[in-house]
Amino acid sequence: MNSSTDIIRGVSKRYGDTDVLVDINIEIKPREFVSIIGQNASGKSTLLKIIAGIVPATSGTVNATSIGYMPQDHSLLPWRTVEGNLLLPTDIRGASGQPACKRIHKLLSEFGLQQYAQLYPASLSGGTRQKIALLRTVLQDHSLLLLDEPFAPLDALSRIEARQWLLMLLEKTETSTLFVTHDIREAILLSDRIYALRKGKIVDMIPVLLPKPRRHEQLSSPEALALEKKLFTLLV
Amino acid sequence: MKRMLPSLFLLVGFLSLWEMYCRVSGVSKTILPAPSDIFQSLITYRDILVVHTIQTLEETLIGLLLATALGVGVAILLFLFPRVRAAVYPLLVFSQTIPIIALAPLLLIWFGFDLLPKVIVVVLYCFFPIAIAVTDALHAVDQNSVDLLKSMRASNWQILYFVRLPSALPAFFSGLRISATYAITGAIVGEYVGAYKGLGVFMQTSANSHITVLVFAALVVIALLSMVLLGFVSVLERMFTPWKNV
Repeated sequence: MNSSTDIIRGVSKRYGDTDVLVDINIEIKPREFVSIIGQNASGKSTLLKIIAGIVPATSGTVNATSIGYMPQDHSLLPWRTVEGNLLLPTDIRGASGQPACKRIHKLLSEFGLQQYAQLYPASLSGGTRQKIALLRTVLQDHSLLLLDEPFAPLDALSRIEARQWLLMLLEKTETSTLFVTHDIREAILLSDRIYALRKGKIVDMIPVLLPKPRRHEQLSSPEALALEKKLFTLLV
Repeated sequence: MKRMLPSLFLLVGFLSLWEMYCRVSGVSKTILPAPSDIFQSLITYRDILVVHTIQTLEETLIGLLLATALGVGVAILLFLFPRVRAAVYPLLVFSQTIPIIALAPLLLIWFGFDLLPKVIVVVLYCFFPIAIAVTDALHAVDQNSVDLLKSMRASNWQILYFVRLPSALPAFFSGLRISATYAITGAIVGEYVGAYKGLGVFMQTSANSHITVLVFAALVVIALLSMVLLGFVSVLERMFTPWKNV
């Protein structure tokens, strides 16, 4: 399904006199998990919004065939049930809900979320809401997923569980992922490559060569600790 | 029901004190009738009261319904056309400085003694809270949700339908609740100025004849109607915003 390479070439963004992003070049290969890491206000979310087509770039091109986007906030619509939220992309396309509904229930069962199908987001835990939002993004069968700090609102333990859950979810898809985070350890655990972003510029690209499938315990390995130290030095 | 118990106790206490005062002081019924007299007159004059109540209710419901449609329609138009909003919104707020009671005689001159001028008074009373609540709510939508739909390549109409309108529903019902309390007042004001039927007319003729107990009886009916109307709006709100009851 996903045989092309998604490329962000020479993307810059300027608000008034302020350069938010300067000449960003990123390449994402099929099924690759790429992270962009940077401090707050380094331009990470703006970059994702440009790639998603929400915000126009001042210059540069985005060459991505089909994109699914999950904003920083989970953005489950509070007036739609879990099923309704998962059906949202289908409703927007104006496609028939019947096959989509079948697929949704199959996936919910597969990931142990079937019991939440008819509930409203307000009655779910933060972790479950993130899982549903991730599932909605993945369900759209896009070649590239853009995830903007999806685990930021979660507590430490829920984050560990949600990361593993995301890895499990992505193993079942053919999708490439561009993941934005300010958590160095999270980026190391999930990524094939990490782009370090500082004050709107990419300062380095670091491959993560830890063996897969990844587990949280690997973050204590000497290789992971060395990467953590390197990224910390680059960003701070 | 349990939440209403303190209010019920307070009401019963107030009515008991009122009743005792009327019996002990011997105050004239023309000045202040006792609650028991009011209750008695509600039963005795129920046939006449029902006729006037139906008239007032008809004006209230038609007016409220029209005000709701107009308020929501104008709010959507103001949202869709920002230039129109820039011109109309300040005038809309300014229009509220004109006392509607002063407009009622004009409406009577223009539209006569029939249903229409009373309905227009109700619309004038009820339109503003709904229009302003919905207009503000359509703008105050969560930007993350809008971004999400934009990323799904939704059109502006789809964003309005899937995000802005549902997210404006709680504000709409807040506006509707305020309008529902104004609606009966609007109808009574319209009837006061000139009408053949309605609780406003009934109160006025009773007051002119110094039958104070019937003025109070009409007031009780008006209070009950307002409560029923508010209860109905609450039921609608629960039906259309089930996610808020989670």
